[in-house]
Amino acid sequence: MAAALGAVALLATVWELYKAAGPAQGWSLGQTRILPRTSDLAMPHTWDMLQRLVEPITGARDAAPLWRAVLDAGAVSLGIAAVGWAIGVGVGLLIAVAMQRLRVVERAVLPLVILSQTVPLIALAPLVRSWGSRLEIGSLEWAPWMSVAVIASYLAFFPVAVGALRGLQSPSAIQTELMHAYGAGWWTTLLHLRAPAAVPHVLPALRLAAANAVIGTVVAEVATGLPGGLGRMILELANFAGSDPAKPWAPIFGAVVLGLLAAGIVTALGAGLARFRRMEASA
Amino acid sequence: MTAAAVRVTGVTRVFAGAGREVVALEDVDLTVAPGEFVSLIGPSGCGKSTLLRLIADLDAPSAGTVEVFGRPAREARLSRDYGIAFQQAGLLPWRTVRANIELPLALAGVGRGARRERADHLLDLVGLADFAGQFPDQLSGGMQQRVAIARALADEPSLLLMDEPFGALDEMTREHLQTQLLRICAENRAAVVFVTHSIPEAVFLSDRVVVMSARPGRVREDIAVRLDRSAVAGAGLDSASDDLRADAGFFAHVARVRAALHGTPSLAVAGDTVAEDAVRGGAA
Repeated sequence: MAAALGAVALLATVWELYKAAGPAQGWSLGQTRILPRTSDLAMPHTWDMLQRLVEPITGARDAAPLWRAVLDAGAVSLGIAAVGWAIGVGVGLLIAVAMQRLRVVERAVLPLVILSQTVPLIALAPLVRSWGSRLEIGSLEWAPWMSVAVIASYLAFFPVAVGALRGLQSPSAIQTELMHAYGAGWWTTLLHLRAPAAVPHVLPALRLAAANAVIGTVVAEVATGLPGGLGRMILELANFAGSDPAKPWAPIFGAVVLGLLAAGIVTALGAGLARFRRMEASA
Repeated sequence: MTAAAVRVTGVTRVFAGAGREVVALEDVDLTVAPGEFVSLIGPSGCGKSTLLRLIADLDAPSAGTVEVFGRPAREARLSRDYGIAFQQAGLLPWRTVRANIELPLALAGVGRGARRERADHLLDLVGLADFAGQFPDQLSGGMQQRVAIARALADEPSLLLMDEPFGALDEMTREHLQTQLLRICAENRAAVVFVTHSIPEAVFLSDRVVVMSARPGRVREDIAVRLDRSAVAGAGLDSASDDLRADAGFFAHVARVRAALHGTPSLAVAGDTVAEDAVRGGAA
């Protein structure tokens, strides 16, 4: 915790130092700007950004403070990200178990799993939205937020599938042969050996998945234009970059905090599994 | 006639290597009587571990048959006729010592109360009653191996298969555990097939030492060991084992097994005579 706060303080210091001492016009290589301008427009002071958070969101008399709006949008995004995370974790674990069960599935599916992450989310988002809008499952009506959750799950399942597969394959030959010697079948071996052995691999994967789900949610909100969440807010407040330069930073901070919060929640969920994280017996 | 604990008949095991076949075992016969302690010894690559794995049905022979208590090895495995221990303890790190010992019982569907009772007895047997609640990473290598032996005994098997279980331990721990194993076997009356590459270990523990030769793996000689182990097996005292290890009969058998291992039949015959004399002398 102290280290995390220190890192934030360091980042703020670097920001302010560059702003104070960096080249005013930034630095460009040909047409490409490598380093940003140091003007208040391009790089507002960190304290201005913080102060902007407590000021009202608009000039209207009854406007809520900006932090309140960010909080509300963050809650919406967190809810969608949680659904996306849950779907992603479920799918990821199923894929991992299937890959462990059958080598041929591993050989066939693992490359696809890796390939899936090279498809840009921006390209995928409109597709999912249009498929979703045509979908009718009984009385369930496909809501736009569901498309966002599905896209978030698309990012979340990947670390879980890869991490869980490694974990399920981690027991030593002696341990698997021991289960075999006891006449234990595949399911019993999964339950008593492979699943517990996978825990130390799965927990970090779940944290990664949480961070991915948040990123996926925010990006998908931007790409599908879903209102209410942080993604849309980032898009809307970006318009104020010229007139109110500290304002667009508020939802960006919100997104960062959201990612940390999501990873923190998952870490707390895993706290009860400490005994599965013991080091492998050495002899 | 009661069925032999293990009956291996004409077993050959060929591994398909890269481009050529490796004959790990060729036409091996082996019979182990109930309650008998048999060691398999030989140079590395002689197939002694392979033979043990065939008995455990962790591998299947290319030719020949393996029977355990009159049944095919596979049936014996599925009905948990044997307990097994390897060179590595292979304990589950997330289970306590007690839970590790109870694992085979839990898999067999034994109730909680009965599991606890059996585990208490086994913990006493291997002298780890004070460590029941510890995790494997808190134990020394020798203690882990004792847990593995207790686990192998959990189902009260009439056959114990051990693949160099003391191979990774230091000499002191090794001799101590050998003594304890003799005591435990005397209590349990299980037949044991014990793979080792230590001649003194094989002689100290076994009723019979089966000497194997490498490439292809064959049984070269089957040497009966006649030593009076009652003092060791009774109380499991290290001092009694030290006496046994210093006995002339012990040395004579060691010399005989060594001669058989090195494939010098003339010496083996000479050693045989020495051994017989020594046994007679020791008995007198």
